[in-house]
Amino acid sequence: MKVTVDGTAVPARPGQTVAAALLAAGRPTWRDTRGGGRPRGLFCGIGVCFDCLVVVNGVPDVRACQRVLADGDDIRTQRGAELPR
Amino acid sequence: MRVVVVGAGPAGLAAARAAVHQGASVVLVDAEPSVGGQYHRGENIVVPQGVEHLPNTAVWALEGTRLHLRTGPADAPDRVARVLDADALVLATGAHDRALPFPGWDLPGVVTAGAAQAMAKAHGVTIGKRVVVAGTGPFLLPVADVLRRLHVRVAEVLEAGSPLAWAREPAGVFAGRAKVAEIVRYRAVLPRYRTRSAVVAAHGTDRVTAVTVAKLDRDWNVRPGTERRIEVDAVCVGFGFTPRLELAVAAGCSVQDGFVRVDERQATSVPNVYAAGEITGIGGADLARAEGEIAGTCAAGGTPSSRLLGAARRGRTFAAALDRVYHIRPGWRTWPDDRTLVCRCEEVDLGALRTSVEEHAALGLRSLKLTCRVGLGLCQGRVCLRNAAELAGFPYDAERFSRRPIAAPLRLGELADTPLEPEDPEE
Repeated sequence: MKVTVDGTAVPARPGQTVAAALLAAGRPTWRDTRGGGRPRGLFCGIGVCFDCLVVVNGVPDVRACQRVLADGDDIRTQRGAELPR
Repeated sequence: MRVVVVGAGPAGLAAARAAVHQGASVVLVDAEPSVGGQYHRGENIVVPQGVEHLPNTAVWALEGTRLHLRTGPADAPDRVARVLDADALVLATGAHDRALPFPGWDLPGVVTAGAAQAMAKAHGVTIGKRVVVAGTGPFLLPVADVLRRLHVRVAEVLEAGSPLAWAREPAGVFAGRAKVAEIVRYRAVLPRYRTRSAVVAAHGTDRVTAVTVAKLDRDWNVRPGTERRIEVDAVCVGFGFTPRLELAVAAGCSVQDGFVRVDERQATSVPNVYAAGEITGIGGADLARAEGEIAGTCAAGGTPSSRLLGAARRGRTFAAALDRVYHIRPGWRTWPDDRTLVCRCEEVDLGALRTSVEEHAALGLRSLKLTCRVGLGLCQGRVCLRNAAELAGFPYDAERFSRRPIAAPLRLGELADTPLEPEDPEE
């Protein structure tokens, strides 16, 4: 599968979630908070905490631990609160 | 007769199978792409024969026994809407890990035990190379073990409680003797198991690089002078589980002691609505399966065997003992300091919580939310509200705080084009 994170190709396997691919690529952090700009990544892993948000194909606020990667996905780290493009 | 089962973990799968066996038409709705739930993550579990499975499907609202569904990739704006009417409903929505706040718990690399296990089991991905597992309850051991198998160095497994308390639970030990015997499976991590111990601070700037661990007294206060620093690149924490009650509360089911109240047939207080698994009490997969089979059988109009009812009874005896042995003790409230975030989403720290109580005279959880915004962020208090209530000294009413007309996240555009009636009304 071809998947990019912030424009760089990242290895990904079918069935993998965005969070799994990011962690496997050695990236524990992929968001910061809108208040204090604190770094965030995976926390609950089950879709309840909303810490792991990323931008997927231009759509922000996608839970990386819940979203299964599709071929060609363009993943971008999320800065604070973003609006959809 | 259409039985709709929500949740495809051990309880939901057993319910669906049993309801089909009774001759019902069964729909199994689940948010994941494949069945199995958290327990069977990464295993190849098949959909029971005769069951219509709706994967990748969120139940975002429940009106009576009418379900509002969205099917498609998580948090995508264009998921397909569907409205489904059930004659009987089985709720098997499970639970998520509870995490207690301590300084640094919001650093990347600090994850719940469930998150670490899910990553490892489903994807073979580990959250670090040198890890500490901390919390309370028997779940810490399989998590440590699955990491070890993936060549993670598990520095220590820290149990805040004391398993010696099992000595006061002979009935529980007997009822759960099969589970108790499972401990030999985890013998490889047992040498690193420490009781009455916890991670009380995580250190690092962009991610966790070290933790402070300490010995605890019976009430989980830190025993002064016992603090040690350990270098790690990840921490897994799990202090038991919080049931996911949104749909049960939306259905009108009454809740007792934080769990959905059911009778021996797994019937809730609402006619034709049944509940099974962790939302009725935390007892593990065997109990969940027994409860699911009872719920599915009864939902489809059948009668469960006395063998099955006995298995569930024994499971509940074990679950009640588990709850007593691994009950969270009040000393944890001394772990966070004023700058520790209580609410991760709204970035509300303990100092702000204290100001709300002491200076703004917040009188309960509702006014606490309004005065300092705790629990008002994206997760809607799912992670923090129980902790905030205990830190502020207010009662936590699980039923009240699980009342959410929109039970699962939904984009406003999706809400705007919601169909109100089923597309295929039944004859």
